[in-house]
Amino acid sequence: MKVLVAVKRAIDYNVRIQIKSDGSGVVHEGVKHSMNPFDEIAVEEAMRWKEQGKVEEVVAVTIGPDACQEQLRSALAFGCDRAIHVKTDDEIQPLTAANVLKALAEKESPDVLILGKQAIDDDCNQTGQMTAALLEWPQATFAGKVELEDGKAKVTREIDAGLETLEVDLPAIITTDLRLNEPRYLKLPDIMKAKKKPIEDSSLDELGVTPAPGLEAVKTAPPPQREPGVMVESVEELVSKLKDKGLI
Amino acid sequence: MSKVLIVADYLKGQLNSSTARAVACAKDLSPESIEVLVLADDAASLAEAAAKLDGVTKVLTVERPENEHPMAATLAPQIAAAAEQGGHSHVLGPNTTFGKDLMPRVAAKLGVAMVTDIMAVHGPYEFERPIYAGNAVVTVKAPDNQVLVASVRCASYPAVAEGDAAPVEALSLDVELPSHTRFVDLETHGSDRPDLQTAPKVVSGGRGVGSEENFKILFDFADKIGAAVGASRAAVDAGYVPNDMQVGQTGKIIAPELYMCFGISGAIQHLAGIKDAGTIVAVNKDPEAPIFEVADFGLVGDLFKVLPELEEAISK
Repeated sequence: MKVLVAVKRAIDYNVRIQIKSDGSGVVHEGVKHSMNPFDEIAVEEAMRWKEQGKVEEVVAVTIGPDACQEQLRSALAFGCDRAIHVKTDDEIQPLTAANVLKALAEKESPDVLILGKQAIDDDCNQTGQMTAALLEWPQATFAGKVELEDGKAKVTREIDAGLETLEVDLPAIITTDLRLNEPRYLKLPDIMKAKKKPIEDSSLDELGVTPAPGLEAVKTAPPPQREPGVMVESVEELVSKLKDKGLI
Repeated sequence: MSKVLIVADYLKGQLNSSTARAVACAKDLSPESIEVLVLADDAASLAEAAAKLDGVTKVLTVERPENEHPMAATLAPQIAAAAEQGGHSHVLGPNTTFGKDLMPRVAAKLGVAMVTDIMAVHGPYEFERPIYAGNAVVTVKAPDNQVLVASVRCASYPAVAEGDAAPVEALSLDVELPSHTRFVDLETHGSDRPDLQTAPKVVSGGRGVGSEENFKILFDFADKIGAAVGASRAAVDAGYVPNDMQVGQTGKIIAPELYMCFGISGAIQHLAGIKDAGTIVAVNKDPEAPIFEVADFGLVGDLFKVLPELEEAISK
């Protein structure tokens, strides 16, 4: 079996983001970027399938500027066999990303395309589902457990009501939730080895993808702030304040 | 004028209140009509409940055996067909896991972009939505020459009240459905407690609770005040409680009138899930915990001492 794993470069989850004073977006310059944590879980899952002998080849893909090579190198350090970098300096929205992933899936014919359920920058939670729709493939989103079998996968999904298990025919798209696995720490020899692995450059043009009309960001602003609260000294004081507000 | 189609979210024959919240968002579009689409194997009682939601002008039902277990792969083609057939300008779903899974598939089927998590409506094609775990809010303009597909951030909208019943109409759609996705099983942690996403009061615990057994103290307190129980990611990761109790950026985003959290430090990802709560009460041993920056009432103390005292003081 062959697996395609899509990764996105995003501002590191530990960074407290700064909003530009003119409202034109978020400051990216001089800010630490990493692989979107949900995509890291997707890479880890693909590597585990490979280590279990269920999968022969894992190909990492990303879409974005030159700097994204860093995230592809991380994916290769995890153990991905090769990588494809669809280069663009334009902001890529989910529907266009989905069209790119569709073109790559048609070119590479993987059995599974796995990626994070959402990127922690735009929090869209769209790309996997859109790609599945365009390819008319099954989708199993928010995966907490995946069992790969011959020609199909059994996926347990984390949903509001609890855990839902679906069986999907392959090829299929799987998006990862937080607890699918815990990604490994990368070791220096693996990072060194990754430098020699091939990264193939591609582009939207080469894949025949025209960017779809998308959303225009008019303004980026800080969220509404809550009124500052007060510290209470005792349980009695707390209870009387809650009773005053009619809350208990 | 906008014609809105809302996809009904339900579980075990009960309409989820997220549907009524999506209707509240739709009303902000000042539309010509708001239609609710119920896709089920047996739609009668769901349609009846949806028809009563204030603002709804019509309920459309599609009854098919394939709709017994709602799955994006089979629902999306039906929704896309219904929207095309009905000439709807907007297709909305709630941002529950049901809507998050489904709506992007609907958008791509229709070949259009999607707006995730509408938190405010500026106009029929201009919305506010949260990004970076709610640490920024972006105003987006969507193309006005195509169908607008979006999910509604339920915590931003109170459920609409009940009003006069709207008419119900069975819809016949000529759509072939794929068989590549099959439902196997749904495991729910059934409890008599109020639902975390809709409860007016929520009691929540973090790593500070210390163990699965200790969570019992929180459950007991929650039962006493009629609250639902939630948890931080740390508590879920530590295995104290199941995943579906997680509140935060990647868990549930909630807006109860009262949120009382114990032993939660307040990581930004957790705060993203409670920003719209009416009153936040935080109890934590660490006076420096970031949760106190957002709490309306903060109390520095050991939760194991505070909780029994609270119970006693409330009963007085």
